[in-house]
Amino acid sequence: MQSGRKAGVVTRRQFVAAGAVGGVAAAIGCKAGGKGNWEYLSDQQANVLAALCDQIVPADEFPSASQVGVLNYIDRQLVRPYRRHQDAYRDGLAQADAISRKHFGRGLSEVTSAQQLEAAAALEQENGVFFNLVRNHTFEGYYGSPRHGGNRDAQSWRMLGLAEPPALGRAQYDLRKGATS
Amino acid sequence: MKRVNAVVVGAGAAGGIVAKELSVAGLSVVLLERGKWYTAYDCRKDDLRNQRTTVLGNAFGPEDEGNPRVWVDAQGGLHTVLPSEGPYQNDAACVGGGTFSYGAQAWRYMPQDFKMRSTYGAPEGSSLEDWPISYDDLEPFYEKAEYEIGISGDYSGAPFLGARKRPLPMPPLPPGREFGILEPAARRLGLHPIHIPMARNSVPYNGRGPCMRCRWCCGFACEVDAKNGSQNTVIPIALNTGNCELRTQCMVKEILTDDRGRARGVSYFDERGHLQEQLADIVIVSGCATESARLLLNSRSRLFPSGLGNRYDQVGRNLQGHQYTGALGYFDFDTYDDVGPGADIAICDYNHGTPGLRGGGMLANEFIRLPIHSIDHLPTGTPSWGLGHKKGMRDWHRRTIVIIGPTQQIPSAEARVTLDPTVKDKWGLPVVRIQGNCHPETYEIGDIQAERAQKWLLEAGAIGTRLLSQAQNAEKVTHGTGANKGSPPKSHSELIPAAQHQAGTCRMGNDPQGSVVSKDCQVHDIDNVFVIDASVHVTNGGFNPALTIMAVAYHASAALVRNWKGTGFRS
Repeated sequence: MQSGRKAGVVTRRQFVAAGAVGGVAAAIGCKAGGKGNWEYLSDQQANVLAALCDQIVPADEFPSASQVGVLNYIDRQLVRPYRRHQDAYRDGLAQADAISRKHFGRGLSEVTSAQQLEAAAALEQENGVFFNLVRNHTFEGYYGSPRHGGNRDAQSWRMLGLAEPPALGRAQYDLRKGATS
Repeated sequence: MKRVNAVVVGAGAAGGIVAKELSVAGLSVVLLERGKWYTAYDCRKDDLRNQRTTVLGNAFGPEDEGNPRVWVDAQGGLHTVLPSEGPYQNDAACVGGGTFSYGAQAWRYMPQDFKMRSTYGAPEGSSLEDWPISYDDLEPFYEKAEYEIGISGDYSGAPFLGARKRPLPMPPLPPGREFGILEPAARRLGLHPIHIPMARNSVPYNGRGPCMRCRWCCGFACEVDAKNGSQNTVIPIALNTGNCELRTQCMVKEILTDDRGRARGVSYFDERGHLQEQLADIVIVSGCATESARLLLNSRSRLFPSGLGNRYDQVGRNLQGHQYTGALGYFDFDTYDDVGPGADIAICDYNHGTPGLRGGGMLANEFIRLPIHSIDHLPTGTPSWGLGHKKGMRDWHRRTIVIIGPTQQIPSAEARVTLDPTVKDKWGLPVVRIQGNCHPETYEIGDIQAERAQKWLLEAGAIGTRLLSQAQNAEKVTHGTGANKGSPPKSHSELIPAAQHQAGTCRMGNDPQGSVVSKDCQVHDIDNVFVIDASVHVTNGGFNPALTIMAVAYHASAALVRNWKGTGFRS
């Protein structure tokens, strides 16, 4: 478990650093030919998922889901504890894209935000189980621990007004400034 | 392997205490634990992978791989479930057991809790019984647990609790903001609020420092080792005697018996998966309610064809935990102070005395909540996703108080643990099958408790509330908060909430046909095997059970030491 997680971190960092289109991810389970930047998702699936996640936690004065790495979170878990959800994601993302194509003639990642919202609501109606799965996973990536690849720089915690890094100890010191009142 | 006086199976709340008491008394002891020995250093403050929110697995065991159980729903459907899913009823698998990562509320049960049947009478269809021991019998052992494990808190001002000889060894932590809001409200309602007794250092104690009051508490290991479990109190003492050897990652396969009907030791798989035998004069089973029952049932032989202690089909019955109900209050000011452990005020006014109903439970404010715990705790009507939800998180995460408590379950003999005939774990041992539920009266009183919690919140100034009862309770099986959802469908009527508070499967009693162990935790059938853990609880009180598990362990250990005759065991 530990070593697997570590290997994942290195892999992602290597990708980011090199800006490379990796072979490792493809080996783990990307679609044939779709050499992508992800461990499980193909680039096309990632775009659809990003659209969905960003409707579940949209941007306002604070970042959206994809802006803090929720995709990164979900993708990483899909080759770890959420391996059991791989099929649900494969089928569900295809369904989301199909809904968009049916209503708007284009894939979910290519339509406007308002249309994405409509498609997301339609998906919730048609396949509530999958939508709920994505919803919960999105929230985990957005509000959970940064160590799993989401909630970059603990931005959601800052949004909620939580001290980051947390202030510890009964007398709460700001370690950067020394003791405060 | 060298024969020893005693082998203890399971290094949790009870097993650690038994190992310590026996090794201090001079017995040679082997303590077997299927999990690892984590340390405070392993506290990873992981919101998604701990013992409470387990969406990415359990931090302190068991692992999802190779440790299934089978859950039977109300329609008889079978589900193979993972340790990180609610219906699994997981506790933990590590040195310290549940006490390594628990919230650490350390309550004494009340005198009536040991006399439920004679106080109330048993409702039809229930297996409500009295304990064969009383509060007074346990009182000295409660005290011993409070001082050896280390409990902070303040019981003064609570008129309903049993008599005690000494105050707690440590004062409570300074109250948090929620205490300040809830305490005057409780007084106005004529209630008797107290500081929750906690197995947590509020001042330096036992060579370790006090709580640093961080945000990651219940379900996490303590980063500064201020939370007191068996792993940092009694087990080190046991090891220091030189009489006790702790072997981790050792899964016990069965209790071995000879042809005279006595146990001669256990066989177990060591950390490399090799089968070993550890011979011993006495065997103590302390694996928690589900796993202790499983080991007895898995120990079949010619003389014990249906498992040890199971001559009258009692092993595994009366599985119980607690019915967690309460309410969520929304306030128009910040109630959140980012100071752990969060839970600090409780009332015991409703543990007994509700007209027409049996028992009740303690009500307390909830442990400090992480952002992930709020996602399903926004006011009714808030969108469940989208901009409205995000705004709701900003508006309400810091403005809620949860009052919740463990309602005492009325046990049923049909809520039980058996062996699954087909599913095996990674060692090839039959896994447990969990079925049935507690007596329905439990739900009635649980709902009343929720309304009482709501009333308290409204008195404290809540501008809105939400009941956490019945249906909502179904998603809180592990008494975590909303983020913890297993995949199988759950509703209150088909899933018994036992989990970390599991108890009752090897009931203590004087009648060998209606119980599994004697009042000293000795299996009726076989005089050198003992079950010492929450399995022996006849009823489970309206409180978190840890301190009672510990007190019973001290009580049973004292009897063991008293009756120890050098080799062998005759009582």
